[in-house]
Amino acid sequence: MLNWISENQQYIYIVILMIFLGIEVIGRVPSVLHTPLMSGANAIHGVVIIGAIIVMGKAESNNYLALILGFLAVIVGTLNVVGGFVVTNRMLEMFKGKKNPNKK
Amino acid sequence: MEGNILTLIYIIASVTFILGLKKLSNPAKARNGNLIAAAGMTLAILGTIFLYKDENGNTLHNYGWIFAGIIIGAIIGTLAANKVKMTAMPEMVSMFNGMGGACAALISIVEFNHLSETFTVPGWSEVPWNLTGGMIGHTLTIYAGCLIGTVSFAGSMIAWGKLNGKIKDFSFKGQHILNLVVLAAILVLIVYLLFDLNPANYKLFYLIPLLSIVYGVLFVFPIGGADMPVVISLLNSFTGVAAACGGFLYNNKVMLTGGILVGAAGTLLTILMCKAMNRSLKNVLIGNFGGSNATSSQSKTGGNYKEISVSDAAVAMAYARKVMIVPGYGLAVAQAQHACHELEKLLEEKGVEVKYAIHPVAGRMPGHMNVLLAEADVNYEKLLEMEQANDEFKTTDVVLILGANDVVNPAAKTDPSSPIYGMPILEVEEAKMVIVNKRSMKPGYAGIENQLFYQPKTSMLFGDAKNVLQQLISEVKNL
Repeated sequence: MLNWISENQQYIYIVILMIFLGIEVIGRVPSVLHTPLMSGANAIHGVVIIGAIIVMGKAESNNYLALILGFLAVIVGTLNVVGGFVVTNRMLEMFKGKKNPNKK
Repeated sequence: MEGNILTLIYIIASVTFILGLKKLSNPAKARNGNLIAAAGMTLAILGTIFLYKDENGNTLHNYGWIFAGIIIGAIIGTLAANKVKMTAMPEMVSMFNGMGGACAALISIVEFNHLSETFTVPGWSEVPWNLTGGMIGHTLTIYAGCLIGTVSFAGSMIAWGKLNGKIKDFSFKGQHILNLVVLAAILVLIVYLLFDLNPANYKLFYLIPLLSIVYGVLFVFPIGGADMPVVISLLNSFTGVAAACGGFLYNNKVMLTGGILVGAAGTLLTILMCKAMNRSLKNVLIGNFGGSNATSSQSKTGGNYKEISVSDAAVAMAYARKVMIVPGYGLAVAQAQHACHELEKLLEEKGVEVKYAIHPVAGRMPGHMNVLLAEADVNYEKLLEMEQANDEFKTTDVVLILGANDVVNPAAKTDPSSPIYGMPILEVEEAKMVIVNKRSMKPGYAGIENQLFYQPKTSMLFGDAKNVLQQLISEVKNL
């Protein structure tokens, strides 16, 4: 166990620092932006798509189970990323519009 | 060389994620922040496809499959995100969140299959099979990613169904105990496989995703619609943690950074939302708020309410000095934000000061009302947050409540037996006159009666919010 910690210490550092950073960054968001923020965070955890690409790219071409599951993973992962960013953008577009109410 | 470039790309992407989240804290910069994070993500994806090399220095293959998957996902994602109505945004977020969870779970399953292939090779028993510390760490991330990802997927799908009305609340006696039993079974299974994975029992792994689906469904099912935003936010942070498990699995720091960042931020956001409703997270998750047990205060219904005609309401507002509009879910369902803005402009032309009082949890998500009103070009300065609005109600002549209920229920302040007791509310009863637009006298999402409706200064204006607003507009025009 101690061995494992020292082997992976840089990852453990990242985890700890990111936890604090995440809390720090969110703590200042006004409540009006909570929905876009949730949506934006949703898009960012779409980074899991990278794992899906690696799975897909490593699968041997005769391992159909891995190919199919990996393919599904790439599709749903892309859905998460693309959908997440587009929805967030649509929400935020409206915030931009209201600063200039004369222009329609 | 390529590996170094990829490392650089991952670092840049991590920074863009943090910057993106940070910029979301400012309405003017938020859009930029989103675009920056999206650019970082694109860079990271392209970098992974073309530059990634595994431990043995092999590049990725199956480009056809990868691009086909990305193109299909991108087309569906763009179409779905562009077509969805503004009111349906929360369930869309939930849906995409579920997709991320599914992705993490699928990765774990494929990786486990890869791992267990050694068991199917003939003569495996001659290979000494021992679990080292590193091996345990590796399998732990697979199990955890699978569990969290699947729960997030199943839960998000239920939340999605609940928000768009396809799935009704459903709970039965002892459900929480069953939930705990299922969760305990999964954890026991994980611990067992962790320390005693062998060729004879590895197939038990597939029970983890199956049980996790059951758990995810049971976990979200009894939670009332009013609490859905909190649940989605929680599941959002779950998916973040599941993505981080993937980061451990592939020693991929950008996945780890993004995942943990969202996991931490999402958890805090969940807590902030709970605070806005003055309820603890535990209460949301195992309480039965919004369910069938809110009977304690339901008994003292009754009293008389008075109705007001559209023309009277129009007169009252047109000759007021200050009108405060309190939007709620009713406004969102009726898609009445444009009509609302039109009424506001008309009243302003008549010299009436019009403002909006936004409760933090009005609608289905924090900020939901702001997003809707912003869509209708309502000026940002007119939206008052709860504290500001409560200061101004004393000097307000008419409060127009559009489909909001629980957020203006005085029981939250006066009735300790009420399930929403202690929740901060908009103190509309401070104003001189209150006009409540609702479709019927039915209680709101929390399932409790609202004494406000029976107060002498309150008048009820029944009807669909959009319809009523349009009538009000034509009445005000004729004055």
